[in-house]
Amino acid sequence: MRVEITVNGQPHTREVEPRLLLVHFLRDTLSLTGTHIGCDTSSCGACTVLLDGVAVKSCTVLAAQADGRAVTTIEGLAGEDGLSPVQEGFRQCHGLQCGFCTPGMVMAATALLAERPDPTEQEIRNGLKGNMCRCTGYQMIVESVRWAAANGGAR
Amino acid sequence: MIPAGFSYVRAGSVEEALDELSRHGDAARLLAGGHSLLPAMKLRRAEPGVLIDIGRLGELSYVRADGDRIAVGALTTHRILERDPVVAEGAPLLAAAARRIGDQQVRNRGTIGGSLAHADPAADLAAAVLALDGVLVARGPSGVREIPAREFFTGRHRNALAAGELLTEIRLPAAAGLSQAFEKFSRRALDWAVVGVAAQARPGGGTAIALIGMGPTPVRATAVEEALAAGVPAAEAARLAARGCEPPDNAVASAAYRAHLAEVLVARALAAL
Repeated sequence: MRVEITVNGQPHTREVEPRLLLVHFLRDTLSLTGTHIGCDTSSCGACTVLLDGVAVKSCTVLAAQADGRAVTTIEGLAGEDGLSPVQEGFRQCHGLQCGFCTPGMVMAATALLAERPDPTEQEIRNGLKGNMCRCTGYQMIVESVRWAAANGGAR
Repeated sequence: MIPAGFSYVRAGSVEEALDELSRHGDAARLLAGGHSLLPAMKLRRAEPGVLIDIGRLGELSYVRADGDRIAVGALTTHRILERDPVVAEGAPLLAAAARRIGDQQVRNRGTIGGSLAHADPAADLAAAVLALDGVLVARGPSGVREIPAREFFTGRHRNALAAGELLTEIRLPAAAGLSQAFEKFSRRALDWAVVGVAAQARPGGGTAIALIGMGPTPVRATAVEEALAAGVPAAEAARLAARGCEPPDNAVASAAYRAHLAEVLVARALAAL
């Protein structure tokens, strides 16, 4: 079937199998490998992207379900003026170690801040509940999101 | 993991979805948010020949105050239930249950109709709808019919929908100003409830209590409800929580542990009312 999906502002029209998952469309069809596949069972959140601005786990969405919609991936966050505040926050506060969960964390945090520009620590922890990190113990991730909230938010 | 191949149809209206359902029969499955069905398909536990995508039927995503009841469209997401003002006012138990489902990404996609139709014995919304004495509205080839929540869940992952029927709406009696409580115990942050409890004070007095994780379907804790009605103190009534239940005995939890959890969680819910 034919799908037209706008990814990071660029429209892409492709013939795909109906069973193609959005994460494979991004990684294999468009070669946007910033979106990671972790658990592949909608638990770990590594594959989180924004679908029409809303955080989703792209391992549990068909490309067909994203037809006609707009997807933002980690590759689409940085602007001409450099990293997004959330990306910069992870850099400033050492919010990553191995980096595997980071794209999903950053996308989930971006969605969280779009909705709650000044979240409490508990709101950050709840908002990132669907994203697992096996390195940092989360403390520095929470600090990264707080840094982003104070320095530009979801932009 | 990649699902087995299927053909994909996107329904543009409820009528179209019903036509496709009757055309493809047992080979077809309805796809709403996909957060139960797609994982099952990836594990090849479900291999439908045809997926009928109803996810874009905006006509089934709504919350309406309708006199002394609330009507919720089957495609309303958990995320909407969490924050809808009509739900917050008239069915706060539903919002409390929705808030405890999975994580923000899952709640953005999952729908109330999808969750209820999937009929998982540990589904949070099922407990709320059962405790609220909700009514499920189905549309099929022979028209519209109402199914009380008490009759909807017929077994593990089984429901009372007939072939060709589509769940379109959930009707709940408005419970404004009445207290309610939702408690669940999970082993890890995102896990399904091992056991969960939804409790709702009723307009004429009395308390409705529903349990999840305590059998092949969500069930009402009838023994506790009756004891409370007979004036038994809440802490004592809670000890009857597992009576009549057949909790599963599996790797997640033993039957005895589930029975213990049911008593503790019912006691907590009653104390919170």
